Amino acid sequence: MATSSRLDAKIPQGSLEDKWEKYKSSVPLVNPANKRNIEVIVVGTGLAGASAAATLAEMGYKVKAFCFQDSPRRAHSIAAQGGINAAKNYQNDGDSVHRLFYDTIKGGDYRSREANVHRLSEVSGNIIDQCVAQGVPFAREYGGLLSNRSFGGVQVQRTFYAAGQTGQQLLLGAYSGLQRQVGMGTITMYNRHEMLDVVKIDGKCRGIIARNLITGELERHSAHAVLLCTGGYGNVFYLSTNAMGSNVTAAWKAHKRGAFFANPCFTQIHPTCIPVWGEHQSKLTLMSESLRNDGRIWVPKKQNDTRAGNAIPEDERDYYLERRYPAFGNLVPRDIASRAAKERCDAGYGVGTSKLAVFLDFSAAFHRYGQGEANKNNITNASESQILEWGKAVVKEKYGNLFDMYKQITGEDPYEVPMRIYPAVHYTMGGLWVDYNLMTTVPGLYSLGEANFSDHGANRLGASALMQGLADGYFVIPITVGAYLAGEIRTGHISTDHEAFVKTEKEVKDRIEKLISIQGNTSPELFHRRLGKIMWDKCGMGRNEKGLKEAIVEIRALREEFWKDVKVMGKIGDFNPELDKANRVADFIELGELMCIDALTRNESCGGHFREEYQTEEGEALRDDENYMFVSAWESIDTEKWELHKEELIYDNIKIAQRSYK
Amino acid sequence: MSAGNMRLTLKVWRQSNTNTQGGFENYNLDGVSPDMSFLEMFDILNEQLIEENKEPVAFDHDCREGICGMCSMFINGQPHGPLKGVTTCQLHMRSFQDGDTITVEPWRAGAFPVIKDLVVDRDGFDRIISAGGFVSVNTGNAQDANNLPIAKEDADDAFSAAACIGCGACVAACKNASAMLFVSAKISQLALLPQGQAERSIRAEKMVAQMDAEGFGNCTNTHACSAECPKEISFENIARMNREYLGAKVSSKAL
Amino acid sequence: MSWFTQALTSSIGKKLIMSLTGLFLISFLVIHATINAMIFYNDGGETFSHWGHFMGTNPIIRTLEIGLVLGFLLHIADGLWLTKANNDARPVKYAVSNASANSKWYSRSMGLLGTLILIFLVIHTSHFWIPNRTNQFATGEELNLYQMMLDIFQNIWVVLIYVAGCFSLFWHLLHGFESAFKSLGLYHVKYNGAIHFVGVAFSIVIPVLFALMPISIFFGWVY
Repeated sequence: MATSSRLDAKIPQGSLEDKWEKYKSSVPLVNPANKRNIEVIVVGTGLAGASAAATLAEMGYKVKAFCFQDSPRRAHSIAAQGGINAAKNYQNDGDSVHRLFYDTIKGGDYRSREANVHRLSEVSGNIIDQCVAQGVPFAREYGGLLSNRSFGGVQVQRTFYAAGQTGQQLLLGAYSGLQRQVGMGTITMYNRHEMLDVVKIDGKCRGIIARNLITGELERHSAHAVLLCTGGYGNVFYLSTNAMGSNVTAAWKAHKRGAFFANPCFTQIHPTCIPVWGEHQSKLTLMSESLRNDGRIWVPKKQNDTRAGNAIPEDERDYYLERRYPAFGNLVPRDIASRAAKERCDAGYGVGTSKLAVFLDFSAAFHRYGQGEANKNNITNASESQILEWGKAVVKEKYGNLFDMYKQITGEDPYEVPMRIYPAVHYTMGGLWVDYNLMTTVPGLYSLGEANFSDHGANRLGASALMQGLADGYFVIPITVGAYLAGEIRTGHISTDHEAFVKTEKEVKDRIEKLISIQGNTSPELFHRRLGKIMWDKCGMGRNEKGLKEAIVEIRALREEFWKDVKVMGKIGDFNPELDKANRVADFIELGELMCIDALTRNESCGGHFREEYQTEEGEALRDDENYMFVSAWESIDTEKWELHKEELIYDNIKIAQRSYK
Repeated sequence: MSAGNMRLTLKVWRQSNTNTQGGFENYNLDGVSPDMSFLEMFDILNEQLIEENKEPVAFDHDCREGICGMCSMFINGQPHGPLKGVTTCQLHMRSFQDGDTITVEPWRAGAFPVIKDLVVDRDGFDRIISAGGFVSVNTGNAQDANNLPIAKEDADDAFSAAACIGCGACVAACKNASAMLFVSAKISQLALLPQGQAERSIRAEKMVAQMDAEGFGNCTNTHACSAECPKEISFENIARMNREYLGAKVSSKAL
Repeated sequence: MSWFTQALTSSIGKKLIMSLTGLFLISFLVIHATINAMIFYNDGGETFSHWGHFMGTNPIIRTLEIGLVLGFLLHIADGLWLTKANNDARPVKYAVSNASANSKWYSRSMGLLGTLILIFLVIHTSHFWIPNRTNQFATGEELNLYQMMLDIFQNIWVVLIYVAGCFSLFWHLLHGFESAFKSLGLYHVKYNGAIHFVGVAFSIVIPVLFALMPISIFFGWVY
């Protein structure tokens, strides 16, 4: 297999360890005087967007930043709970840049690009330094140094955290950097603005069309480079842990304008979420992976056991992760933990009224920590209930906010009864195809963070999304964008009166008018829910050829129905969340189709992509490295038509093995 | 979990834009489950309105897990409703009774003009952060993270202040529409940490000046802000801000 | 604007003025209550008049009295200024407010309580302070304040107004005393308990002491 001639990853020469260092010292630079005349648009203000906008502005570029929320601080990075990885080796447990690199490649089931992942590992430590310097209040030990915890799929402690609100603290750090530049006038912030198209002039990305969500006006914004930091597309499943507003529109518009979409079927199903309770549910809530440090996952040994969790004696419990994966136990990677839960529930061992849940039990942790407290305080005659009480206090300090959140949503007290959890859509490893510089196949159009595909292969390890978002924004793009912008110093200001802007704006306007003129019978919300059901049933945790083929037909029918029957209330020139939603759902429907096509094309199982036809006897994912060790990059040709381009994945520094966590 | 079926009367503030007068509309809603979140109940209301060819109620929301700070409803006279320590999206219908009438209003403050229905403009908060809610450290300037040991107690206190989600419930709850809890949380976080020391005085001066320029009210020390804060940010922060600001004014060299 | 005016006209500065003048007035209450409590010697007003004479004629005290009047005026003007600004900060009010769920009514009613106290003060000063000082200016002689008290407090309505004034003062102090410390930034887990205790005790003791004066005279316990 050879890489398609349309895909040049531009990976620098040299040994893996030296590539980034050498690249940094040889990449073209833009001198400070020229930077002031170069404009960069950043769409999305999550970890990747906020950090990129702040850093580029610090360097002297003129930056315009866009977000659809009312403030850049609301981007969904804020909801990340558990932590951020970095190869600092502060715990002296054998961590290193290479080990983080290796864990990430292996965790991704050998479907990510070596050079990108190694660079990610190299800069991981700088991220922690930068965040601490900004005043991010990471958890600390009594000696005043930073604290670490474990996460799934690794055997070292390299995860930095701030209680269960790490994403919030990191984002507020990046946001403060962004707002500082806004105050200095180097960034112009456009909140409550949604990017609705990319404008290309002579093949290069030269700006965007954005809709002011308050007035409904369409605006033209030009720039020498556009950075899409617009997050993932998990909401294609309707129910996910994403925010309600998270959407694929920006990335999808870029795709329609020539940016290839890579590995769309690689979605991450997170194993520990609060189970679905009913049909009016609008979203799923994650319970941080960090809970698997101390919680034990089990189901009853008996099928259809309806007893309450506490009423089932110890010897009738099946701690299936500990049983199947003794080396990693409850801390296996997410794809494996999710699949194992689905396997048990499908086999009839699920718990709760829906039978689509497993227990996450802290009673052992209560006991262990309680005993620890007793030992610490030299109490030898403590009663069992005292020990439990102390243990609960320790657990409360570590995970209190998560336990509270569980209680608010379910009405059950997890200090008294085991939590019930089930996997839910959480993250999308797929995204816009980018080269080593993070540039898409459209010159001048970049993609950072979850919106691109590059670092996590077919499965992302816990606490790596924050790392990637900030790595891309703080340390990668500020360097790599120079390679392109150095060639733009003579371009001068780009006029938004150019016919390309006029034409693109007209297309956006026509589409909006079309959406509102249909006035059918079904709300965008209902279309979204129906799409989500198709996707979850047929392109979810388990996929097979028959289901995927059906799904493609159903989604195409849904798209046609949508454009005939959608009902959008309100006016165009107005604050109109229904219209925003309809626009997003229309793009999700098209993306759903491509995801199914991609899943159907990839005749193997890897990471989060589990094709039921391809599994080992023990039910593990069965990769086909000979035929599928490539990135699928899809080029949009027309409605229902895509062309597949392959980027071959070459592992010079890692021995490919079957991924085992036993 | 029980399916349940609650019947509710909703009294909701409707206003088409900043420049028009608003007013209350009454809606009857059926088939509400106690397991629904408050916003899911609003989703049903909106589906019902769309079916009746009426414009749905606009309200801000995003993460629906209590961390983004976007949701902002004033429910039965309290920001984020009757429960302590939760946002509107985390409030569930089991906190209400079958047959209840629930009044829902937007945050009310001159500095938070209504954009539409229950949606308000909170840009003032961003401008306050722009005035000084940061440490001026460019990317790449940082030393090794562990070169700066910070007492766990200080780190924990800073974290508690930094947990603010910027929702504006403090402003909504305060009888004076004062933003002091929000502003003081950021000033406190950075005043408690060694990283924040270099700009400690100028930060307090500039952030307070911007807060005043936005038209927020003054503090009467009623503690309503901290009682209603979904993240239970401590009132202590306001006292700290007072001494940071007064200390800065007395000692800084800015004339 | 100079840094000084900037500081004092800021939201925190306005609270600083409120706090400092409030604490100053609190210190005045101590003196006022102590000297008036001399009537409880029940010695025909001898001790009371001795100290009353001292307060009314001592040049230092008389100078400080100007400060006291200014303190009152500043406290009142600042209060009006704050009330106006705070009202403006919320041009459209809530239709439904459940403020009792998050704060004490008297903490939200400082302006109202202050106004009631002000009304009481007008009545009170027109009973004693104004006639006395006017007479002093006119004749150089002090009035017999003790006898005036005995006369005025025979009227049940006057006594009731005074008691009501003391209630207003009680609630005003109950919030104001502690609040003044917070506005100054004095808030610490180690000392909050003490400030709270002293605040509550002060808010009870001073108004009760004041209220006992008209009551005792009315009932003839002091004569």
